[in-house]
Amino acid sequence: MSPVVLNTIEVILNGLMTGVMYSLVALGFVLIFKASGIFNYAQGVLALFAALTLVGFQTGQVPFAHVINATFGTDYHHWGEGMNTVLAILLTMAVMVLLAWLVERLVLRHLVNQEPIILFMATIGLAFFLEGLGDLMWGANIKVLDVGLPSGGSFWWEDVTRTWAAEGTEYWGMYIDVLDVWAAGIAVVLVVVLTLFSQYTETGRALRAVADDHQAALTVGISLRTIWVVVWSIAGFVALVAGIMWGAKSGVQFSLSLIALKALPVLILGGFTSIPGAIVGGLIIGVGEKLFEFAIGPMIGGATENWFAYVLALFFLMFRPQGLFGERIIERV
Amino acid sequence: MENRVTEEPTPEAAVTERAERSANADVLLDLRNISLSFGGVKALSNISFDILTGEIRAIIGPNGAGKSSMLNVINGFYHPQEGEIWFDGKLRGPMKPYQIARQGIARTFQNIALFRGMSTLDNLMTGRITHMHAGIFWQALWKGRAEREELAHRERVERIIDFLEIQSIRKTPVGRLPYGLQKRVELGRALAADSKLLLLDEPMAGMNIEEKEDMCRFILDVHDQFGTTIALIEHDMSVVMDIADRVVVLDYGKKIGDGYPDEIRSNQDVIDAYLGVAHD
Ligand SMILES: Nc1ncnc2c1ncn2[C@@H]1O[C@H](COP(=O)(O)OP(=O)(O)OP(=O)(O)O)[C@@H](O)[C@H]1O
Ligand SMILES: [Mg+2]
Repeated sequence: MSPVVLNTIEVILNGLMTGVMYSLVALGFVLIFKASGIFNYAQGVLALFAALTLVGFQTGQVPFAHVINATFGTDYHHWGEGMNTVLAILLTMAVMVLLAWLVERLVLRHLVNQEPIILFMATIGLAFFLEGLGDLMWGANIKVLDVGLPSGGSFWWEDVTRTWAAEGTEYWGMYIDVLDVWAAGIAVVLVVVLTLFSQYTETGRALRAVADDHQAALTVGISLRTIWVVVWSIAGFVALVAGIMWGAKSGVQFSLSLIALKALPVLILGGFTSIPGAIVGGLIIGVGEKLFEFAIGPMIGGATENWFAYVLALFFLMFRPQGLFGERIIERV
Repeated sequence: MENRVTEEPTPEAAVTERAERSANADVLLDLRNISLSFGGVKALSNISFDILTGEIRAIIGPNGAGKSSMLNVINGFYHPQEGEIWFDGKLRGPMKPYQIARQGIARTFQNIALFRGMSTLDNLMTGRITHMHAGIFWQALWKGRAEREELAHRERVERIIDFLEIQSIRKTPVGRLPYGLQKRVELGRALAADSKLLLLDEPMAGMNIEEKEDMCRFILDVHDQFGTTIALIEHDMSVVMDIADRVVVLDYGKKIGDGYPDEIRSNQDVIDAYLGVAHD
């Protein structure tokens, strides 16, 4: 194979890895949107908050240390050596469930039957609140998240791909980050587990039922409030996984919440109510923006990754507004 | 104002049989002086009637009479401004529809409310949700109680599927089924709840003769085999007179008749309402 082909393959692979992240965030959006019709602007911040909390537990940070010290003139920062990663992940998950419960209790419950735009505004408020809370609890500095996943370039892959190059060409092999491969693997497992859960368990069926028809769900005895807590917990779980992977890659920092913005074009591509759509949409955007940058970027000054996804989404809005997998929108007159 | 149906001379035997039955049967649901209005529209005014354990109670009346509103009051979608609801011997406080479902009231809707994206089997399984108690954690692991429950409920649901003769559409998403079959699946989902009271809002509306006969047979079989108490809204008089034990008649939100089918048939107010005699 010629080096150009091999380079293109490398770009596509890296695009897929980035796409997995977008898919995960979009998946969180779709889950909540399907169950409650709420466009949850705070999904990205949820990922940030989860990652911050995880690092906090792992490294034994004292939550609200800054506030406590400023108020009482103390000097607490850590309460010990921190804890084992698995325990920290479990505790973080517990925090996400608690958060879901609070969101239902303090926000959603008071907004039932409101216009979607009002619910959307509420989630914008929630996003700012969570960002502030995360800052206050764990501090605004960039943190290193290490959950013990291997990282760095794969030499094995480099060696293998080097032999693929045509005789006499100069090719040094493909670069692929092992962490990305792990992340993709974990994402696949997550999606499979969620699918099995929703297909074969009582709560899974209840989730699908609520997503399908609220009135019918109530009639068979499903409590919408309970389902909302469950859905937000699952979205919190997905956010935690996304937060771990993104955080392990580029550190836990507040710009993490911005990946939520990339989820928007993903959703426009995939359709707001389709889980396969979120996944495929994420991958298309991931690959699309990397390929575009690789092929066209140099001609027009680069940095196309910042806007490519949005332009693509715009085209979709013009030609297929219901997304790739969404049901056709038929306006009733 | 209530117009009581005047007692009509009926054959001796029938009278004693009925008297015995009402003496023995408990009142399952007792509605007392229910009034419901939407803004200026009075959908129900001061309606009282009861449903006895084990009977088929028909609710009839012209379009817009308030029949569906009555069912919505019973299952908690609407909250009447006045009146008391006694269920199973207890006065019911303000409750959410899902809580009422858990107390043992299942229903179907005039314009079908199924989970359209889900299969027939899954729709019926959701009908059993009130009987499932395993925690979400065990469900996720598919272990212990959760697994046992899934299997037991699955068995129950398969029996209902056999009973309603819908084996061939077990895996079909119900949104794709023809109307008559959707109605049947909705009945199945309500049956799956094994409820104390089954509310059916026009289960035969829009069906052809054959489908109607099937539906009638299913309702009667359910009643005979499981002794389920049923409240039924139906426009087809011949069906009502055939299968109902007692009938309550509504018109413009008022009760204009309440009694056995043959009494209703000869009730002048009811006849007038159906013939469209001008109201004062
Ligand atoms: N949610 C609602 N908001 C406003 N008005 C309502 C509502 N539900 C019912 N009504 C009104 O209450 C009255 C009774 O309606 P209901 O649906 O109970 O009649 P029905 O007897 O079931 O009629 P049909 O045979 O056509 O089904 C009607 O005037 C209807 O417009
Ligand atoms: Mg009606």
